Amino acid sequence: MSLILDIGFAPFASGVHNWVYGMFGNTTIAMIVEMVIAGLSLLVFLVPLCFFLGYMERKVAAFMQMRLGPNRVGPHGSLQIVADTVKLLLKEGLTPDGSDKFLFNLAPIIVVITSMLVLAPIAFAKNFQIWDMSIGVLYVSSISSISVIGILMAGWSSYNKYSLLGAMRSGAQIVSYELSIGLSLISIVILTGSLRMSDIVMSQQNGWWLFKGHIPVIISFVIFIVASTAEINRAPFDLAEAEQELTAGFHTEYSGMKFAMFLLAEYINLFVVSAIAATLFLGGWMPFHIGSWEAFNHIMDFVPSSLWFMGKTFLIIFIIMWFRWTFPRLRVDQLLNLEWKYLLPISMVNILLVTVMAIMGWHF
Amino acid sequence: MFLKDYIGTVYKSSKSLLKGMKLTGYYFSHPKKILTEEYPDNRATLKMADRFRGEVVMPHDENNEHRCTGCQACEIACPNGTIKIITKQELQPDGKKKKAIDTFVYHLELCTMCNLCVVACPSDAIAMAQTFEHSVYDKKQLKKTLNKPGSKIMEGVE
Repeated sequence: MSLILDIGFAPFASGVHNWVYGMFGNTTIAMIVEMVIAGLSLLVFLVPLCFFLGYMERKVAAFMQMRLGPNRVGPHGSLQIVADTVKLLLKEGLTPDGSDKFLFNLAPIIVVITSMLVLAPIAFAKNFQIWDMSIGVLYVSSISSISVIGILMAGWSSYNKYSLLGAMRSGAQIVSYELSIGLSLISIVILTGSLRMSDIVMSQQNGWWLFKGHIPVIISFVIFIVASTAEINRAPFDLAEAEQELTAGFHTEYSGMKFAMFLLAEYINLFVVSAIAATLFLGGWMPFHIGSWEAFNHIMDFVPSSLWFMGKTFLIIFIIMWFRWTFPRLRVDQLLNLEWKYLLPISMVNILLVTVMAIMGWHF
Repeated sequence: MFLKDYIGTVYKSSKSLLKGMKLTGYYFSHPKKILTEEYPDNRATLKMADRFRGEVVMPHDENNEHRCTGCQACEIACPNGTIKIITKQELQPDGKKKKAIDTFVYHLELCTMCNLCVVACPSDAIAMAQTFEHSVYDKKQLKKTLNKPGSKIMEGVE
């Protein structure tokens, strides 16, 4: 089992690559076919993942509130999400009168596409990555900021004041919190000296950055988690949908599969953010290594790299869910205060600390 | 001074947030504390709170006797006309006539379970039961007669 998982992914990927290029020669068609295969396999991976995340969220929420959660459909309610999906599939996808029909139908697609694009540079396992580009971190931070366009589009085209208010809030929120995310990503880039995801993972061979970089990296990890929770519009930063004030914010008018696409995008974003945090701070697929303890490191290497990656990602997903079901929602002024008066100054000072630490070689 | 306040704010807020997370984490890791009642499944073992009030009943003893004198105090106490008592004159063994209840009509559909009738009753003839599965298909079935057919007042209750 361990062997299949560990050596399975990389040779499989290169096998598919060789097969496609053998079929079509070194042509554009071969590249397109390979891209389609990669995209389809991503979809096949993401849809069950989102089902699982939806189920996990509801169970975590229930347990934290001393409830049972879904427990009627399937064993322990595990088929509840399937039932919900069937319901959404059968529901009418209503487009309100007076809305901008083209933008209204385009918005959910843009939101889903941007959240899926960010998955390209993420290393799911050893040597298993869709596109190991040299500007991985920059790509992630630039692509993830496009999703706000989809949200603004949805809010604007809905012809509904709740939607518009939600979209505007979301705009203000994402524009501010991107700064902290960028700065906390930069702190790792300073230590690694590379924007490439595989280099960042390889640099953590003798210990994860969270442990190697002491306090400054822990601070930037916390800032990253907080700011990325805000970036993906999850509670306690879910001002863009704020059920109690704005019914559902930017997706008030959406129903059926268009609504499901927003939901899908939310869970993909949750996964992406956690995967990036896991890659940068917790070593991605790299097993837990302690400096020069050869025997210990060797034992850790027996656990497949894909399991390490998923384990770390789900740990961070759990922490973000924990935030959601513990903290009350911030007001708009509190939200902007938190970013501009606390997170941004702290992360700027922190960058300075990390730089000094990197120059003086104070990390392990 | 400013910096001290600033760091103090950050410290205090992080501490309080972590305190909240500790509590939810405790709930998460102790599933035995779950409060949810799986109602239709646990009907047999269902425990209601002592103060729960489901409907007004009139307790009868084994001789089919109740304690209602027909004084109508409950009917007067009821804020929304839920109770209607129809009385009759009953012939006593010594030849005197005495007031007694004919029917104790109780409209469950009007009742708000305020307990005022039970408080007003001078002879503890009525009480609040904890049954709550009252739904019926016809509204008429909610109009109940509380005294059982052929029942009479207990000896010694005035």
